[in-house]
Amino acid sequence: MTTQKKEMRAVYAETLVELAKDDDSIVVLEADLMKASGTGPFLAAFPDRCFNLGVAEANMVGVAAGLSSEGKIPFATTFGCFASRRAFDQFFVSCAYARLNVKLIGTDPGVSAALNGGTHMPFEDLALMRSVPGIAVIEPSDAASLHGLLGAMARRKGSVYMRLHRKAVPDLYPADERFEIGKAKLLRKGDRVVIVALGPLMVGEALKAADALAAEGISASVIDALTLKPLDTEMILTEARRCGAVVTAENHQIIGGLGSAVAELLAETGVARLARVGIQDEFGEVGTQDYLMDRFRLRAERIVELAKGLVTGDTHTVNEGAIHG
Amino acid sequence: MTKQESADIAAQAKQIRGKTIDAIGYLGVGHIGGALSIVELLAVLYHRHMRIDPNDPSWPERDRFVLSKGHAGPALYATLALKGFFPQEWLHTLNKGGTRLPSHCDRNLTPGIDMTTGSLGQGLSAACGIALAARIDGRESFTYAVIGDGESDEGQVWEAAMFAAHQRLGRLIAFTDYNKMQIDGKTNEILDLGRLEDKWAAFGWESARVDGHDIEAIDAAIGAAKVRADTAGARPTMIVLDTVKGKGAAFCEGSVGSHNMAFDYATALNAIAELG
Repeated sequence: MTTQKKEMRAVYAETLVELAKDDDSIVVLEADLMKASGTGPFLAAFPDRCFNLGVAEANMVGVAAGLSSEGKIPFATTFGCFASRRAFDQFFVSCAYARLNVKLIGTDPGVSAALNGGTHMPFEDLALMRSVPGIAVIEPSDAASLHGLLGAMARRKGSVYMRLHRKAVPDLYPADERFEIGKAKLLRKGDRVVIVALGPLMVGEALKAADALAAEGISASVIDALTLKPLDTEMILTEARRCGAVVTAENHQIIGGLGSAVAELLAETGVARLARVGIQDEFGEVGTQDYLMDRFRLRAERIVELAKGLVTGDTHTVNEGAIHG
Repeated sequence: MTKQESADIAAQAKQIRGKTIDAIGYLGVGHIGGALSIVELLAVLYHRHMRIDPNDPSWPERDRFVLSKGHAGPALYATLALKGFFPQEWLHTLNKGGTRLPSHCDRNLTPGIDMTTGSLGQGLSAACGIALAARIDGRESFTYAVIGDGESDEGQVWEAAMFAAHQRLGRLIAFTDYNKMQIDGKTNEILDLGRLEDKWAAFGWESARVDGHDIEAIDAAIGAAKVRADTAGARPTMIVLDTVKGKGAAFCEGSVGSHNMAFDYATALNAIAELG
């Protein structure tokens, strides 16, 4: 694992430019957060296919729907809190229900909203989006997966929500790795517990947790989920059956996100016990990303604690942190 | 427009009105009021202005139509059926399970419907996107959109208004069905719209206000907007139509309750007979 110097938003813009060179139907929409989402290079390359709609997310998503109905492939970008909470009905009705082809990008997921605080900190965007019939919900974990999944999004007919961590994150995959919507990646193969993680922060913590567990003689599988919907149930069930214990890790509420999706899968198949790392029915607040990861226990140490509880049968540890709302 | 042309379109409007009352009456309940208030507009658009081909509903060069007040779908279905987009027999399937004609417009179900609408406030944004796509592609097509007066309570309408003006979407021609009623009462009692045509002008649109049941006045306003559209930097046009909710059917004309009302088929047939 090497530290990637390039910010994810730079990869986002470069990839869109690359895709748009081959497909003149690709257009980019922004709602006065172009500097944050870093799509300036797209504007420079395709000034007639890039539109800033001002602080008007509902209209942005509605305009995206209209463009899509005419065969364009709009990539509409704003903070995840606004992409989901603010423009949810527009995305639901004008895009998804209308069976259109809008790519909605929510940046600054979860604790990465950091100093913008609770108003801007989406812990529920995945829960909202996962409830929309037929769409795909994606969170890449590094530059290569962002690049690959953007291409897959552009090729897929249908609306997609992507969570985008816009700062630099460590590389997990070689640049030429291939990615498909609906396919997870098995980063480690173990036999006692499987950690299913989503997004760069939590995949990073999952790998640290697997190292710590290995040092204590507990071998853990690590799955980078990448797509929350449709979930790669085949890989998760294969690993869950072999290991018998699953810990999910997400930078999001455990209500409605990855933890819920895996809980539903495991409850219906009965193949493994489960514990969930994620936000425990709380709002966000201000702080650095590091502070907030500690504050909300989005840490390898918590994954290790829950994994050991599952493996040793000490369910007290597991249940203590779980909510049942 | 000659007197004969005007009379021909009035005859089309009468047919659309009759088919709309018939379809909703056959079902027994529906959004009759706001459907009947846009009948003259639909007749002028579909029988005089819009470039469309009923045999090729997705003809790329066609003009687009977004009925943002999607609950008026039955009037549009009647218009499209009479134009030959689909068999008139479909009108009696309105809102029945498995129908191609749902209460609110659906682009995936009905030939000739360009955009799915129903959640108020969203259609004008979609129309902006459609007009923008036409400009990107260098197409000459016009995009027409109809919003309701009650719908104009939605903030998204005014987001779209700013956007269309900023982008100078001159080939976007929109209408407000100003029948002055919404579900819970009169618009000036629920949420006063103020000087509506002045608002659109202040938002950077060409704004006009005409009698929404006067075929020649509607035609002239659309004609003027189309002429302007060919000038550089043309602005989008809003034509505020003074209309009457439930227009033309005595059992519901001018009543707030006509927004979504139940009436039996005999009442419908009687109202159709009264159209002459």
